[in-house]
Amino acid sequence: MAFAIQFVIDVLSLGGAYALMALGLVIIYGILRLVNFAYGELIMVAGYTLYLTGGSGLPWIVTAVLALIMAVVFGIFTDYAAFRPVRAKSVTAVLITSFAFSNLLQNAALLFISPRPRYVPLPEVFSQTVTIAGAVTPVRNLLTIAASIVLLAAVAFLMRKTTLGIAMRAAASNFTMARMLGVPANLIISLAFALSGFLAGVVGILWIGRIGTVVPGIGLEPLLVAFIATVIGGMRSLPGAVIGGFLLAFIDTTLNYTLSQDLLKFRDAFTFGLVILILLWRPDGLIKGPASGQRT
Amino acid sequence: MKPSHLTALVLLAVIVIVGVGSHLLGIRLYDRIATNLMISLVLVVGLQTFMGNSGLLSFAHIGFMGLGAYTSAVLTIPSQMKGMALPDLYPFLAGVEVSPLLAMLAGGLVAAAVAAAIAYPLMRLSDAAAVITSFALLVVLYTVMNNWSALTNGPRTLFGLPRTTDLPTAASVAVLAVIAALVFKESRTGKLLRASREDEVAAAALGANIPLLRWRAFILAAFLAGVGGSLWGHFITSFSPKAFYLKETFLIVTMLVVGGANTVTGAVVGTVLITVAYEALRGTEGLLNATSFGAGQVIGLTEIVLALAMIAVMILKPGGIFPTREIGDILARLRARKETRS
Repeated sequence: MAFAIQFVIDVLSLGGAYALMALGLVIIYGILRLVNFAYGELIMVAGYTLYLTGGSGLPWIVTAVLALIMAVVFGIFTDYAAFRPVRAKSVTAVLITSFAFSNLLQNAALLFISPRPRYVPLPEVFSQTVTIAGAVTPVRNLLTIAASIVLLAAVAFLMRKTTLGIAMRAAASNFTMARMLGVPANLIISLAFALSGFLAGVVGILWIGRIGTVVPGIGLEPLLVAFIATVIGGMRSLPGAVIGGFLLAFIDTTLNYTLSQDLLKFRDAFTFGLVILILLWRPDGLIKGPASGQRT
Repeated sequence: MKPSHLTALVLLAVIVIVGVGSHLLGIRLYDRIATNLMISLVLVVGLQTFMGNSGLLSFAHIGFMGLGAYTSAVLTIPSQMKGMALPDLYPFLAGVEVSPLLAMLAGGLVAAAVAAAIAYPLMRLSDAAAVITSFALLVVLYTVMNNWSALTNGPRTLFGLPRTTDLPTAASVAVLAVIAALVFKESRTGKLLRASREDEVAAAALGANIPLLRWRAFILAAFLAGVGGSLWGHFITSFSPKAFYLKETFLIVTMLVVGGANTVTGAVVGTVLITVAYEALRGTEGLLNATSFGAGQVIGLTEIVLALAMIAVMILKPGGIFPTREIGDILARLRARKETRS
């Protein structure tokens, strides 16, 4: 019983984080049909903001808010630096600029901060554990679950009920038509990047809560997770991204518990192997998104 | 002369001039840079055969280079050194010691075989999904290389490869790679693949089996990457899996994209340009570190400048320097225009 609870909490907390990461990526992809390679660096930005403001004596919650703000600012900045100038050109061009931009940010962190890991001050709550029905669980896992539930609900509400969300979804299904109906395209795109940055910031704080340090390459693993979750989920569908995130967490956690020590080192290889099998069965992912309109 | 022959001639001339030129200068540093350039050329041209013809960005290329390098290492490290270099090696491989040339071929074939086995389902994907899965494939290959200690010595440095790659060998392989890429481009598969790049739906309607076409190109690219990796292994003689990851991926993608992914000419020109820029920046970085005014080491400057250059090229000329036409076609056109005028 304790094991079952442990397993469920592990899957839900990892899956919640994965789902938020995937959601941040898919919001951009849904509207612009563009993959943001610099998404992982938003997590890095949030991490370094926590590190740099950590010594200032501000309460932790203030530094966390600052980290979120910086992630949002850099999200919008990504749009201006890497996407807007080449948006109308080929898909490959944008993939490459965002890849280059991600490299740029990473190497800027290398050059101006340090290649070595930096410890990030974290409040007590991230290192405490609680016991639920015999299962010992870090509180941060419960925090992750709570944060993901709240944010997923908030994003769902935003997308379904508010004008902004409806405009975003309209832009995602047919960009040109949405513009003709008076949706301000550039504003919507910038807001999508801001939302994506916000999600990345939250994920960044939760992610760094797990590992405690920040390095320039910290964004790679979350980025990869988000990538794979969105591919499984169906690239353009928001619920798909969430389902993909939880499914990936389920695969990862199961492998964690079942693989022997020797094979555990190859876990990533197994996970992606399974992903390839899923794609063999459903090349478009699990859930089909809105009918794909032409990108402007 | 046919334009395609002219292209081959000009590109081979570039390789020969770089090779002979650096040799005549007689500076060992230039020899090293030129050899590096030839090896990069094999890799970039290999990537071009897939990316240029199919229009899909592939990040997995460097992973296949790693496969080639490690295959070649296992096959060529002298047997008396194997106990030290690869302590956990499977017994049946311990006595194997083949000539580097044969090992290079084996490296290419192993990379191609792995690509053939795992890539088919991925070739059904298009656009962003294809790019993302190729990125995942790179991570898988890296994870395997990093952890399969028996064959790769794990994350530790593998040493003891015989140093057999010199400038003439590297240049000859580069020449063969360029010819292979040009021939493939004009082959039936290459042409159909380029049709699918321009319009997937129309090409499929004409009966092109797109996944199969892409699969063939991917195998060829992996083969060239494997050969390039083996060549590099015998040049550098000791390496660890870190050498086959994001930094190198970024470098060869930059080379291809700046030159122009759609043409072999672009691949060659991009490789030469970026190699020169990279070495110059590395030199500057070293100089800054040597004079060390003020705080700490300067690292990452080279990558920052290259990233900025890449973004600038994408904004100004999204297709690269040679976006559509090979150099032979351009020269043929120029000549034809001159003739009509006179």
